[in-house]
Amino acid sequence: MAKIKGEIIIDVERCKGCHVCVPACNFKCVGVSPKVNSKGYNYVVFENSESCTGCANCAIVCPDAAITVYRTKVE
Amino acid sequence: MSSIAKKENLVYQRPALRTEKEYSFCPGCGHGTVHNIILEVIEEMGLQEKAIGITPVGCAVLAYEFMNIDMQQAAHGRAPALATAINRMMPDKAVFTYQGDGDLAAIGTAETIHACNRGENIVIFFVNNGIYGMTGGQMAPTTLPGMPSSTSPYGRDVETMGGPMKITEMISQLDGVYMSTRQAAHTPAYVRKLKKAIRQAFENQQARKGLSFVEIVTNCASGWKKTPTDANKWLEENMFPVYPLGDIKIDGKLVK
Repeated sequence: MAKIKGEIIIDVERCKGCHVCVPACNFKCVGVSPKVNSKGYNYVVFENSESCTGCANCAIVCPDAAITVYRTKVE
Repeated sequence: MSSIAKKENLVYQRPALRTEKEYSFCPGCGHGTVHNIILEVIEEMGLQEKAIGITPVGCAVLAYEFMNIDMQQAAHGRAPALATAINRMMPDKAVFTYQGDGDLAAIGTAETIHACNRGENIVIFFVNNGIYGMTGGQMAPTTLPGMPSSTSPYGRDVETMGGPMKITEMISQLDGVYMSTRQAAHTPAYVRKLKKAIRQAFENQQARKGLSFVEIVTNCASGWKKTPTDANKWLEENMFPVYPLGDIKIDGKLVK
């Protein structure tokens, strides 16, 4: 069965650590990093990557447009 | 995994009309999301060459730093007046204003109401977060009853300070307004609805139907003294009962 798989790339330096994207993901693919970026914000990281469908929910709520989303069909 | 992150699989990226500059807004600010959606719609409709944005004073003014289209700054509250002038001089352009509540609902009330009454062929984006964000969280006309702000530290007292001003309902009564709607932008579902509304507004403008008014209820995490996620929760619990979402006027007819 064909499966939709996604991947997100987070621009860590643009992330301001607001974490609005974390509850936006239904598959818990966005987590908070214990590390900080050069501005001192706890940026978000892509985790649980097998579950990502590339729905772009995280990216469209990101006020800083720090997330790029890719999606493909895997046979 | 790296096999997915290829150009042909791209679903979403930073809008092309965004300048390279990073947003200077506070973390989690709704302005950024609204900027992104407006720019996406302008790009999708191919209005880059036609769009002229008017920014007034407040956090909304920073839009000209981030929108890679023609922008003009107006005096505080006077964006609809300037938009009127530009629209009349260049009627084929897609003129829009981008204003906050301290600007549109306070100092610019007269300009807003009269531009709406004249039915100018412009789009007005009204970003309502119930507070003056840039100047330090003072009380705005849209501040909720009992809501503390730096100029109403014990909460807004309705008896002496009045109640929240519902500008979108007010202007919807005017014949010049072709479309008015109230949306939000803090969850994916609301973002998608807002994008449809913004697209409709620009389509009305291009078809020269009259004035389209889009209110966006957003947070002001810094002004409300909350974390961005708590501010979004507070927004749903407290702002939505006072500012119910949905279309108010569609195709020149009141629907609410």
